[in-house]
This record gives sequence, structure tokens and C-alpha cells, in this order.
Amino acid sequence: MSLLEVRDLKTYFHAKEGIVKAVDGVTFTLEEGEAIALVGESGCGKTTTALSITKLLPKEGHIAGGDVLFNGVDLAKISHEKMRRTRWNDISIVFQGAMNSLNPVMKVGDQIAEVIMLHKGSNYKEAMQKVKKLFELVEINSERMNQYPHEFSGGMKQRAMIAMALACDPKLIIGDEPTTALDVMVQAQILNLLEKLRKEMNMSMILITHDLSVMGETCDKAAIMYAGKIVELGSVEDILEKHVHPYTEKLVHSYPDIYGNREMISSIPGSPPNLLNPPTGCLFHPRCEFAIDECKLTEPVLREISSNHFVACHVRGGLI
Amino acid sequence: MVDPNVLQPKPEIKIMGKKDVHLRKYQQIIAIFKSNKIGMFGVSIFVFFGLVALIGPLIFPYDPLQIGSGDEVLQSPDSTHWLGTDDLGRDVFAALISGSRVSLGIGLLATFITMVIGTLIGISSGYIGGKVDTILMRFTEIFLVLPWLPLMLVLAALLGSSIWNIILVIGFTSWSSTARIVRAQTLSVKERQFIERAKAIGANDFYIMYKHVLPNVFPLIFANTILVSAVAILSETSLSFLGMGDASHPSWGMMLHYAFTSGAASVGAYWFLLPPGLCVVGVVLGFTFLGYAFEELFNPKLRRS
Repeated sequence: MSLLEVRDLKTYFHAKEGIVKAVDGVTFTLEEGEAIALVGESGCGKTTTALSITKLLPKEGHIAGGDVLFNGVDLAKISHEKMRRTRWNDISIVFQGAMNSLNPVMKVGDQIAEVIMLHKGSNYKEAMQKVKKLFELVEINSERMNQYPHEFSGGMKQRAMIAMALACDPKLIIGDEPTTALDVMVQAQILNLLEKLRKEMNMSMILITHDLSVMGETCDKAAIMYAGKIVELGSVEDILEKHVHPYTEKLVHSYPDIYGNREMISSIPGSPPNLLNPPTGCLFHPRCEFAIDECKLTEPVLREISSNHFVACHVRGGLI
Repeated sequence: MVDPNVLQPKPEIKIMGKKDVHLRKYQQIIAIFKSNKIGMFGVSIFVFFGLVALIGPLIFPYDPLQIGSGDEVLQSPDSTHWLGTDDLGRDVFAALISGSRVSLGIGLLATFITMVIGTLIGISSGYIGGKVDTILMRFTEIFLVLPWLPLMLVLAALLGSSIWNIILVIGFTSWSSTARIVRAQTLSVKERQFIERAKAIGANDFYIMYKHVLPNVFPLIFANTILVSAVAILSETSLSFLGMGDASHPSWGMMLHYAFTSGAASVGAYWFLLPPGLCVVGVVLGFTFLGYAFEELFNPKLRRS
């Protein structure tokens, strides 16, 4: 049994103008100790997928269908109270923008201790001992436990957030763009740290990112998302080297190649579809140069083109 | 591979001790406060009246209620009665000093009640939102638009005029503006990301309100407390002046009431009328100055460079 199995997950938002299908039929599995990246443009449903798994959706959104099986338990159907206990004990999150995720008027150590006290029922002293260990784990001087967030640098805050995510020894950790807004050096440190800890503790990870290099560095497999759907799913090598879907191809080619010739990088023409009024057929067809008539009419489904490599495309999916 | 030593402090650099850091912070705060002249003026007034109320009655242990003999009525100030006597021959100076305790005591206790109610309603309303917010805010608005003086008078008359009733009446009628201010700040704090993070780690609403929202709105509550104190002392004076005070514990307002009813102004007994009036003005002014100074301290945007 897989650790996490997301099947046909649908998350809809009710806006004044209509229903927004932010996540529409996402399916993937994650084994123990494996890392998957959810990659795509802004607004393609990466974060919403993560929020659906953890049931932290804002009021306007709800899971309209599908299953999220975690260790065989369907998280989409359990009560909020039960989810409140599962969250952090089994699944934890490293938030986007750690800068703002710490309460400015509370000591950093206390904020991490808070998690341990809430979930493990330990007293303050025990919790603080655990915090000390966590600080050492994420390579921050444990004397800094009694400092306030403004005394931390950006990278240290992100490390503290990772410590917080590890506080209850979760099986799955969700990184929602954990390195955005950090400079490249610190980014590398944080990613190496995450990678190291993940291997040591045999954790699984869902990494949400729009950065293909981050994906290539840290993950085993990747799901490329477009407008709320997965368009290509495969190992990181498949995605980077043997990509099939035209969108993946454009995405990969919009990154400069440091070994290649110095030339202008290509971008993807057009803009992501308005999810209130999505195009018919394949959602990518208005921006796709290979589109045929079929693309405008029917929606392609994910097909396995080689072992564990799935693509949803009429043109390319059938050719190989 | 990035050198993991980069973030670790080098051994030869001594990290500033906790005590040093705290000391430095307090010194900074005091320096900011000292540079604020209005604030320092407020502090001196506050300290002066605080000392008078705390140790004044111990140094001048005269009974303010002791009625003098017939020739002591409405005496002008002299060496035995420093501020003269009132229409019953009671010593005005003694009354002024014991009145400081009553006035400040009622003011501060009423402020405490005000702040507790205002904070509770403000944070619940702002944080929970929705219907709770609507109901609590409409309720607050009722208190906001009701003319407070007649309301206090009616309540004081209904409950009877004891010190505790006056404290309760002032406390329960003046929380509305505090509630609105606290709610506004709560609305802004609850949208911050660490609240979402607290929810994600499984904290319940009560815990978040108490542990995360309250400390973040506290500076505002504190600055507001001082301004509310001024209003509460003024309210007590008004109530007492209008005859709703507790006769066994004469406050400054009661003194003004007696002075007014006995016609002190028309017989030229300024020593009876002026001292309590000046004291009230002084205390209210001091609290107001102090309040603004604290607001400036907590909100660096208001500071002039």
C-alpha cells in the first residue's frame, strides 16, 4: 500500500462569478520515503492540491470529489476534529514565506514547543528539550531558542519552520515553495538540509515549486500541473529528459541551459486560461502549436506511455 | 555543497548575554520616552498624584469628614487649615488628599473592567467574525450611541450610590470604543500568516485568540488603557458632582458637588472650589499626555526623527 494515494481529487471554489475548478481530477501516488514535486505556473492548483490534502482550504473552497488515502484512511472524508489531530502528527507543512509564519511577539523556541505540547501532550520542559534537539537537527545554535523572530535571518526562520514541521516526527512533509524569497545560497542550504533530513528520517515529501532546478535537485518524481490538472507525471528524469507533453517541453525550455549556447530563452505564448470560463477540450490547446481539431473537442486523459510515465495529450501521447 | 558553518557563530565571538540584551532594550525604551517632553510631563503628573494617593493619607492623617466648630466654617486658608475649611468646617486639604485615593481608585478599577470587557468583545468579534461579529458590533454600537452620562446616572440611581456601584457603572458603560479599536486591530492580525500556521498545527480558536492575537494587540490595549483611565476619572467626577457619589468616601467630584451646592462660588470661597477642580484637570491631563506618549512608543511610525 502506498503512503499517500490521491485519486481523482477535485477541489472547487465558489466565487461570486461562478465555480472555479482549481483542482480537477488530480491523481498520483507517493510511496514511503519518496519525494514528488508538483510543478506548474502560478494559479495552476499546486498549493490548492496541498491544502486539500491537509484540509486547510479557505472557507470558499471545498473538496468536491475524489479520495485522499493516507495509510488507507480517506482524509477527504474524516471530520475536521480528526484531521486536526492527524495534521502535524502524520502530515506537516513547511509554509510558503517563513518570514511571516512566525508570531513576531513570541520566542521562536516557544512557538515550536507549542506544536509539541498541542500534539504530544508533553509539558513545557519536555517540549523545550525536544526543541533543543530540533534546533541542532536543522543546524541552528540552540542558544537562539529564546530569541524572537526578528533576531533571526531569513534562512534561519526557514530552518525554524522546518524544525517546526519535524516536531512531531511526521511521515509526510509538504513543502509549499519552501525556498521562494530566499537567496540562492540559502536556498541551496535549505534544500540540502531538507534532503538530508528526509533521507535520515525516511520521510516522504510533496514539494510544491515552480522551479525545475529545485525539482531536479530534490525529488524522485514530478507532476506537471496545468489549470488544475496533471498533464504529465513521471520520474524527474522522464520529465527533464524525455518529456512528451508540449506544455512540459515549453516549461523545460523556458529555463536557461548553463551548458548550451547563450541564446534568448523561449517563453510560452499566451496566458493561463481563466478557470471561470475554461476552454473546451484540452485546456492547453489555445497555447499549443501542435493542437489538432480533436484537442478542441475532447479532453485528453492521462495514459501510461512507458513504465510510470503518464501523459495527457492527444497528439503526443499516442505517438510514442 | 555549501559550507554548513556559515550560519554558526564563531567560538571567539561572545554572544551578548540575555541580561545585557534586556538591559539594552530597557535603556532604549527609556531613552525614547525621555526624548518625549509631553510624555515626561505626563509621567511627572502621574507619579505626583500616585504618591499623593498612596502615601498622602499616611503623612497627613486628618479625618476629612470631621466637622469643625461653628467658627471654623468656610475659613480661608491659614496655618492650621492650609486650604481653608468647607461649609461644615471640614479641612479642605485633608479632603483633597483622601479624595485622591477615591478618585484614582475608582478610575483605575473602572478602567480595568472597561478594558477586560472591551478586549473580550473586540477580540471575539474580530477573530470569529460572521454572525458573532455582527451581533457583538451592533451591541457595541448601541453602547456607543447611547448618551453615556444619562445612562450612568440612571444606572447609578437604580443601583444606589456606593463606591463599587460607581465602579461597575463606569466600567460597564465605557467599553464600546475600546472594543471597536481592539476589533479593528484583531481583523488585521488575524490575516497574518502565523495565524494560519497556528491553525495548521492544530491550535483551536480560543488558544489562537489568547496566545497569538492578544499579545499582538496588547500594545494597543495598553496605550488605550491609559487614555480610558482619564475618561473614567472624569466620569467619576461628573457622577459625583451630580450627586451620585458615595458620601462616606468623598472624592474630588463630591467636593465639587458640596462646593457647588453650598454656593462657595457666590461667597468667594475659592479655596473650596478650585483645589479639587485643578486636581481633576491635572490628573486627566497627565493621563492623556502619558497615553499619547505610550502610543508613540508602541507605534514607531508616529515618532519624529
